[in-house]
Amino acid sequence: MSKIIFIAHDGSRREVPGTDGESLMEAAIGNRVPGIDADCGGSCACATCHVTILEPWQSKLTPMGKDERAMLEAVSDPDPTSRLACQIRFSAALDGIEVRTPASQH
Amino acid sequence: MSAVAAAAVAPVVSRDSVDAVPLADIDVSHPDLWVNDSHWPLFARLRREDPVHYCANSLFGPYWSVTKFKDIMNVETHPEIYSSAFSHGGITIFDTNKVASLPMFIAMDPPIHDEKRKVVQPIVAPDNLARMEALIRSRTAAALDQLPVGETFDWVERVSINLTTQMLTTLFDFPFEDRDKLPFWSDLATTIPGPGGIVETEEERMRLLGECAQYFARLWNERVNAAPGNDLLSMMAHDPRTRSMTPEEFLGNLMLLIVGGNDTTRNSMTGGVIALHEHPAEYAKLCADPSIIGTSMISEIIRWQTPLAHMRRTAVADTVLGGKQIKAGDKVIMWYVSGNRDPEAIDQPDRFLADRPRARQHLSFGFGVHRCVGNRLAELQLKILWEELLARWPRPGQIEVMGAPRRVPSPFVKGYESLPVRINR
Repeated sequence: MSKIIFIAHDGSRREVPGTDGESLMEAAIGNRVPGIDADCGGSCACATCHVTILEPWQSKLTPMGKDERAMLEAVSDPDPTSRLACQIRFSAALDGIEVRTPASQH
Repeated sequence: MSAVAAAAVAPVVSRDSVDAVPLADIDVSHPDLWVNDSHWPLFARLRREDPVHYCANSLFGPYWSVTKFKDIMNVETHPEIYSSAFSHGGITIFDTNKVASLPMFIAMDPPIHDEKRKVVQPIVAPDNLARMEALIRSRTAAALDQLPVGETFDWVERVSINLTTQMLTTLFDFPFEDRDKLPFWSDLATTIPGPGGIVETEEERMRLLGECAQYFARLWNERVNAAPGNDLLSMMAHDPRTRSMTPEEFLGNLMLLIVGGNDTTRNSMTGGVIALHEHPAEYAKLCADPSIIGTSMISEIIRWQTPLAHMRRTAVADTVLGGKQIKAGDKVIMWYVSGNRDPEAIDQPDRFLADRPRARQHLSFGFGVHRCVGNRLAELQLKILWEELLARWPRPGQIEVMGAPRRVPSPFVKGYESLPVRINR
């Protein structure tokens, strides 16, 4: 089974199933992973599904669009590996991806 | 206002007559609809029959109404088509309000907006909020401990204005003894001038706000010459992106931060009391499990109240929205108050549900690059208020609304001037 690993701010790990075509945000919400709010429901309009992506996964992602970049300007603790989980679609290439959630979503 | 009022269509206020009115005559912006709280059936009809609606004749000129959640989201996420720029008219329906047409970062488009917003953002960063929490709680406790129990008082004055004004003094490091000036300036910025109002003319408004600008200029000069502090004025005074603002932009940003940091939370503090009073089963639910305050009820209060009824954009290109042709230059009003009651986006939208699932999916903070910068601070203030209220008065209905609120006559600030409340022993 494909999987996504969410690592909370306190270091605790949660493994959830990955489904082709579903966003990492949807996987988190569907499996009640804490630390992802997703206030806008996946419209790339709120930055409350802010995550950071560990290597080697970071370099396997499709580059972010300008809307995602603009929303990430508003997060309180930006990082070079910051992404919005709603903009990352799961696929077999991302099986086992490790994703960190921040202390809080803004 | 009186001069234009004569030219405008009389507002539709009767619930029975709503369906008989020709669609083209529906104008949801008229202040009478807001002071009487009678706009709801009009928005319900627009959502059903004409979700993107053109009104050719209003007190505020012609405008489009966007009434459904998904269409509002569409406008919010396309700032390159729907501009917030003050040079196009800014972010409110009012074209003649000189405050609304001042340069301020909310009334700018990317990329300038994004740069300037970043200057003030650290004040609401998680570590700063954590630092402010104890102060907010002690002030809230002190304000509540002074309330008279067993007699009717004005909730707006004693609780909502009192607490949000104290918050502003912290955000600006403003002299505490002069704090009553702040809610006055806030009301002054958003009022519609007219007979019997706070001011009668636009000129009077701007003259009084000149005093506000002068007062703050003195504080600015002190801060710019002092070591950087972590209040909003010091942050702007020491940042290259804001330190050489024109006087107009200085006043514009002050107004934005005073209104944004004050009016909205103030009216949600009052709205929560009304919502619970009108939904006694929800009040009982809250008392049985106060943990829902932070998980859902505060977001639900902010949705149910929608303290800013709208935000405005101006189309800068021809486009299509909800099947309607929008022309470059058209004024487009996103009615958050309507999108927040859209049954296609929100289950049982007219009900206040203290434990609503996914309560944070509401429009009150806006979405996209202009999403409210102070949202987490507002939620924190409201959460602390309700925790401290419940700690003192834990029984359902113990905080009782004794009469109708007096509402603000504005299609922008959806709020209350007064609310008689009694706390029962």
